[in-house]
Amino acid sequence: MLDRDEDILKAAEDWQKAGRGVALATVVETWGSAPRPAGSSLVINDEGTFLGSVSGGCVEGAVVTEAMDVIQSGKPRMLEFGVADETAWNVGLSCGGTIRVFVEKVG
Amino acid sequence: MKIEILHELNAERAARRPVIMVTDTESGEQRLVKAKDFGKDPLRAELDKQLRMGKSASVEAGGKKLFLNVYAPTAKLVIVGAVHISQALAPLARSLGYDVTVVDPRTAFASPERFPDVPLVAEWPDTALPPLNVDAYTAFVAVTHDPKIDDPALLHAFERNCFYIGALGSRKTHAKRGDRLRAQGAKDSDIARIHAPIGLAIGAVSPSEIAVSIMAEITAVLRLPAKEKEEAA
Repeated sequence: MLDRDEDILKAAEDWQKAGRGVALATVVETWGSAPRPAGSSLVINDEGTFLGSVSGGCVEGAVVTEAMDVIQSGKPRMLEFGVADETAWNVGLSCGGTIRVFVEKVG
Repeated sequence: MKIEILHELNAERAARRPVIMVTDTESGEQRLVKAKDFGKDPLRAELDKQLRMGKSASVEAGGKKLFLNVYAPTAKLVIVGAVHISQALAPLARSLGYDVTVVDPRTAFASPERFPDVPLVAEWPDTALPPLNVDAYTAFVAVTHDPKIDDPALLHAFERNCFYIGALGSRKTHAKRGDRLRAQGAKDSDIARIHAPIGLAIGAVSPSEIAVSIMAEITAVLRLPAKEKEEAA
């Protein structure tokens, strides 16, 4: 019951109210030795500024890129990352785990 | 996430009220469920379990893939009595993720030398406790052995509906404490909420072992479903 993402969700609300495009990415499932548990989240605005993490650094870059599309389209998207992934060499998890990340627009 | 839902989520978190966000990960539909409304929710069994464990998880229900994101406040531990047991209890509780505060009006006990790095309030409970915002996500232990300090503290813990209330003392001491508290307006149901003798019966002898037995009992109350909790006690 550790309190988490304290400033992240507040930042998401503040950014949206300030007129920015905002997306929220949340780990919804993990298999194997995933670096961060389900519920971990990342908030991204349309300037590319982000707070929080979904993997401790391995896949954040790819999540931010996808989040930009989600801010544009308004449609949520499910992303999956793992070593078995075709893009593993680029954005795979070095720990060998697999994570599924839900990306949604705020607003 | 709709901004109205995000706003409500942030307000509930600021007020230290537990909530779970339920997201249909295919449609993106969302609803925020407050802990007080779990009982009437179709997902109540899953919601109860996830909140108790303090863990977010994906589940399947009614042919839908749902993500249950748990927002539980950080648990607090208020220790009334800056005694030897508390010196072991405070760091142990912190390592388990609790926000710990020690209260004792006796400045010889409540000294930073005895409690490095732990927030200390060297005031009587009537002054010390109200600013601590003791709530339903607070475990509360009274370990001074001094009725002048323990009794008003326990009355405060009843009023604030702490999820765990424990007090040091033998069964005999506890029976006398019950009489005193009733005379000050406590109900039988309040007295029954006190875990006394405090801690799980693990044969603890040293202050550190007693601290382990207390944190084990608090963990059981926090995590176990009601029925298993009774069996552990």
